[in-house]
Amino acid sequence: MATPAKTPPPAPPADDPALVAAFEARIAAGESIEPKDWMPARYRKQLTRMMAQHAHSEIVGMLPEGNWITRAPTLRRKMSLIAKVQDEAGHGLYIYCGTETLGVERDELVEQLHDGRAKYSSIFNYPTLSWADMGVIGWFVDGAAIVNQTVLAKASYGPYARAMVRICKEENFHKRQGYEICATLAKGTPAQRAMLQDAIDRFWWPSLMMFGPSDKDSPNSAELLRWRVKRKTNDELRQRFVNLTVPQAQAIGVTLPDPDLRFNEETKNWEFGEIDWAEFREVISGNGPCNRERLAARNAAHAEGAWVREAALAHAAKRHRTTEAA
Amino acid sequence: MAPDNKPKPAAGEEPWPLWEVFTQGDQGKPFEHAGSLHATDAEHALQNARDVYARRGEAVNLWVVPSAAITASAPGDAGPFFDPGNEKAYRHPQFYKVPRGVRVF
Amino acid sequence: MSEPTSAPNARPDAGDAGDVEDGEAGGIAAGDATTRERSVAGVRRKPEQDPLFEYLLRLGDDRLVLGHRLSEWCGHGPILEEDIATANVALDLVGQAAQLLKLAGVVEGKDRDEDALAYFREGVEYRNCLMVEQPNGDFGYTMLRQFLFDAHSLLLWEVLATGQHPALAAIAAKAIKETRYHVRHSSEWVIRLGDGTGESHARVARSLLELWRFTDELFERDAVDDAVAKLGVVVDTAGLRSRWDTMVEDVLTRATLAVPTGIAMQSGGRRGRHTEHLGHLLATMQIVARSHPGARW
Ligand SMILES: [Fe+2]
Ligand SMILES: [Fe+2]
Repeated sequence: MATPAKTPPPAPPADDPALVAAFEARIAAGESIEPKDWMPARYRKQLTRMMAQHAHSEIVGMLPEGNWITRAPTLRRKMSLIAKVQDEAGHGLYIYCGTETLGVERDELVEQLHDGRAKYSSIFNYPTLSWADMGVIGWFVDGAAIVNQTVLAKASYGPYARAMVRICKEENFHKRQGYEICATLAKGTPAQRAMLQDAIDRFWWPSLMMFGPSDKDSPNSAELLRWRVKRKTNDELRQRFVNLTVPQAQAIGVTLPDPDLRFNEETKNWEFGEIDWAEFREVISGNGPCNRERLAARNAAHAEGAWVREAALAHAAKRHRTTEAA
Repeated sequence: MAPDNKPKPAAGEEPWPLWEVFTQGDQGKPFEHAGSLHATDAEHALQNARDVYARRGEAVNLWVVPSAAITASAPGDAGPFFDPGNEKAYRHPQFYKVPRGVRVF
Repeated sequence: MSEPTSAPNARPDAGDAGDVEDGEAGGIAAGDATTRERSVAGVRRKPEQDPLFEYLLRLGDDRLVLGHRLSEWCGHGPILEEDIATANVALDLVGQAAQLLKLAGVVEGKDRDEDALAYFREGVEYRNCLMVEQPNGDFGYTMLRQFLFDAHSLLLWEVLATGQHPALAAIAAKAIKETRYHVRHSSEWVIRLGDGTGESHARVARSLLELWRFTDELFERDAVDDAVAKLGVVVDTAGLRSRWDTMVEDVLTRATLAVPTGIAMQSGGRRGRHTEHLGHLLATMQIVARSHPGARW
């Protein structure tokens, strides 16, 4: 239950060891932490950072797919795509509301996104170049999101976990519509098959990067895992995604652009080649192919909407005065 | 890309108030907390709630409440507030024995 | 896939064309008036297609084009909550369009489904009114256009739901519920922005003057309306207009806006005479489908 953002819980005595111990005991017992509960300052900070990044990713994620709404090749596909992009707006909204339970206003986070201080998922800085991208993004990117979010639904922070439960239900539709597009293209004309394979070739590696740096290079991981803000490591989740996706690729007869991809009989894992972490770091630090365009689009929407938001508030104030007077 | 010369919103823009949304899944069912959202007044909040939390037909009725109007029990209250209720076993039906042989009660 | 429906009339038939060529080759005497008239004199207005087909295209195209325009806002709205709300309205409109065009295809009986009609007709074959094809402008313009359209749409659906054509009446019955909500959403925005700040009032007032010239077209009545009336799809256009006037005036008053007067009206969409904007909209909408003729998606 969200507590009013206006009343953030009083600042705790800076991480009293006894309180931290009690807190960690609660986490270990699998209890869920609620907004007004005491929590270590770092837990609050890490949680806010992670939720904000997640929410930003949902919002920026509307842009690459929104790019194809007006060109969807059938009315049914047009409707599914609108509904999907709309859902992503909802996801962003649910998670921002989660941060508001921690006393962090959405506007504050949005401002951090807009001026480039905040991070969001690197995948959305790649351009969408053909209709097939709508299929592949649903299949890979929403597929990866499901892998991530299914475990986050068991995260220790109640409002975040509850938002994840709602989101996971919706993501299933996203992945299915994406995979259905891919399967249809795979059975289509040579031009459609080529379009599909090209989209797969472009999105496969960036999708693997979505899970974040390898565990050995992920400084926050241990703490986040101990506090159950995260429930699985980046590498574990990435492996699960690959294991799920390879058979799906086989089923529709496409290839994944990795010559090193092979099944390990002992571990039952699909092993994959080396990820280009230099590319990942470039994209994360703002130099991906579309970083500027994405931020410019978000900034423009926000700036052009300012008079609308202001007018709506002004009108509500007027209405309030009239009802008071009446 | 052309340089961004568009107007920026005034810094310190006042945000829309926050509302809590409760949905009733079906006639006769209790209202449950669904989440929150921003809106300028109650009618606006109701409309937004319909689009944000009931667009898949998840609700037959909605409540919206200004978040600021909610008073929540404090975590420190957990003991004194709720324990006494837990001890009053006589409030729960399991406290009462039903004679053997009565199958459906 | 779809032969342009105007083809038989746009070109003289093969026999006539032959005559012209022969004539030119043979150097017909300048005074041969009969041949000259026969070769170039066309009809002022093409005969109408099946009126019910035509009527369904009008209904369907209005909603397809407006839904498409609204969907352009997706991801670019003034606030997240509104991105979600606008997308909902766009979804309803495209959904209504799909049903109407599907029915139009059945009525036409030439094996064209809703996608064939949406993606393989030229701009001049589109039958939407001019208002819906206008570029979105600012959020106030979009909401005001939406309200002017929604108000008309709701009143129209209420009539069509009681009509004698069962399939159309069924579409209308479902659409009434959706459109009631659309009116609630768009009218609230018109009121908010009209009676908001000085800036918002000025913007919406400007948009109102811009949009008003497209409002009469919503109530135009022609041979198609008369013909579908004989099939039991009876719309009392004059009555519709007066109810719409009341509804619009009420909302505009609450928005502290005045109903514009003395504005010269524009129309033509019902006959395929569009503004230049529609061509660009369709170029975007149809590009993928038309680049891969015969493909399934
Ligand atoms: Fe999402
Ligand atoms: Fe998604």
